[in-house]
Amino acid sequence: MTPEMKGFLLFSSLKMLAVFTMTMVGVALMTLMERKVAGWIQNRPGPNRVGPTGLLQPVADGIKNFIKEETTPAAANRSLYTIAPAITFIPAMMLMAVIPLAAPLPLAVDFTLPVLGRFVYTGDLPMVVADLPIGFLFILAFSSLGVYGVALAGWASNSKYSLLGGLRASAQMISYEVALGLSLVPILLLSGNVAFSEIIRNQQEGLWYIAPLFLSFFVFLISGFAETNRLPFDLPEAEAELVAGYHSEYSAMKFSLFMIAEFAHILTISAMVTTLFFGGWDIPFTSWDEQGGVAQTLATHLAFFAKTFFWIFFVMWIRWTLPRFRYDQLMSLGWKVMLPLALVYIVVIAGAIWALDVLAPTISPTARAGALFLLNLPIGWGVFFFLDRGRIVQGVGQRAVPIRAGAEG
Amino acid sequence: MDLVTPVFWVFAGWSVVSAVLCITRRNPISSALWLVSTMFALAGIYVLLDAQFIAAVQVIVYAGAIMVLFLFVIMLLNVGDAPREWRRWPVGLLGVGLAAVLGAQLMMLGGYGRQRLADEFSTQPAPVNPALVFPEGMASAAAVAERGVVGAVAEPLFTAYLIPFEITSVLLLTAVIGAVVLAKKKL
Repeated sequence: MTPEMKGFLLFSSLKMLAVFTMTMVGVALMTLMERKVAGWIQNRPGPNRVGPTGLLQPVADGIKNFIKEETTPAAANRSLYTIAPAITFIPAMMLMAVIPLAAPLPLAVDFTLPVLGRFVYTGDLPMVVADLPIGFLFILAFSSLGVYGVALAGWASNSKYSLLGGLRASAQMISYEVALGLSLVPILLLSGNVAFSEIIRNQQEGLWYIAPLFLSFFVFLISGFAETNRLPFDLPEAEAELVAGYHSEYSAMKFSLFMIAEFAHILTISAMVTTLFFGGWDIPFTSWDEQGGVAQTLATHLAFFAKTFFWIFFVMWIRWTLPRFRYDQLMSLGWKVMLPLALVYIVVIAGAIWALDVLAPTISPTARAGALFLLNLPIGWGVFFFLDRGRIVQGVGQRAVPIRAGAEG
Repeated sequence: MDLVTPVFWVFAGWSVVSAVLCITRRNPISSALWLVSTMFALAGIYVLLDAQFIAAVQVIVYAGAIMVLFLFVIMLLNVGDAPREWRRWPVGLLGVGLAAVLGAQLMMLGGYGRQRLADEFSTQPAPVNPALVFPEGMASAAAVAERGVVGAVAEPLFTAYLIPFEITSVLLLTAVIGAVVLAKKKL
């Protein structure tokens, strides 16, 4: 094996280890953060007994989950019941592997270890485990595999609440996956690539995609909430109807794996919103961060962390602000609003990009993005005006039901 | 060291084992899951062939959407284990025979004679048939490097193969309309 290949394998393993550790620690801290944010919004302290200001609460929760008794329902399908948490957990852990966490680090190392031999690495070390050419398609593919864990958990438990929860969850995730995928097509049209590194470079040259592709961002964010089964779309675990949904019968570490997967999905969706619409690790209004160096890598990582942190907070903020949707409202929002909106928006953006290319081929990327932003203003206003009227997202309660004479009493 | 060959054997073995388990399991849910596993292994082989886009679409469409619907239907209908019917062994024998015929046909179609098989199993590098090698600049790796993973598929699809592509989409649309007509009692 050549020293270059050994250097590549060494740094790849280090990055894998770092990203896995960061995801697990981040998930542990997010469970605490959620309860702290809930406390703050509801004007109470939140957990504050374990460790300084409750910082060790995740550790206590983890130990509790490890030493609790594991129960298996008598009529469960044992093998699938056991493997379902793993099927949910593994794809959720793989998602963060393709998101660039910082600017590439220029590196030139050449050293020899006692047993393993010589390691060489020269060039820019990308701050991502794998900079795949398929970029966000990888995330779509693997997050769609998470449906299996949920559906199987519901089915294998052999309990009616679990089964209903699992079916609801998979129907919801399949429905919103369509809108989620279609909301990313305008990004492909504008940047001409699906790889995250290329998308970030395009945003550095022009504007962050939140400006030229605002409605994509809107559809993506809402579909992302539905994909992660978070409030206001947490119907699969609606406790008033289904006990706890697909994981009603799970306890101890198996239950914990479902929770870890859910929080890892929140982390991934926040990181994706940051990367696709807010420039990723880009620091705005300066090109200093693109020069490369240790300071730049650290600073861009802080920028990425701050943006992602805001979106994680946003997810929790929404949870304690909006009430839960009803199931028919959820489905009609997905199929009758989000899907047509995403489709029409693809047509509009494709037409606008084509018109800009024909009318003003020499325009700078920033001006091009600005022109698309101006186009977004009236469309966005129209969409919100339309949604606000409650014309489409209405349940059976608001439908005019003809009442037969004499049937009132 | 060539890293691709061992990875290929991992995925190839994985896909064959999953496919065999898919048709031999009696529980329909296990069969469906082994089919998902086969799809996944095939996606891995596509990546090795530099067709990353096809691999991603394979997982998104087949493993992520179609097989989930399969599972849905199996769960909702509550299909039980298939009964073991030993009386039907002639059908099994017929299947093995047909598989052997198909295998022999594929061998002949691929030009696998005695000499070729000996080349495959020997440790000597086999002579390469020039007709089977991509000409320079036409290989999928070059197309991907030039236009990106999506462009490499989209460009031929929307220029050379536009008509077949559109006809396929019309076919799918017809199937969707047919399903709606069958499912709805009153339109």
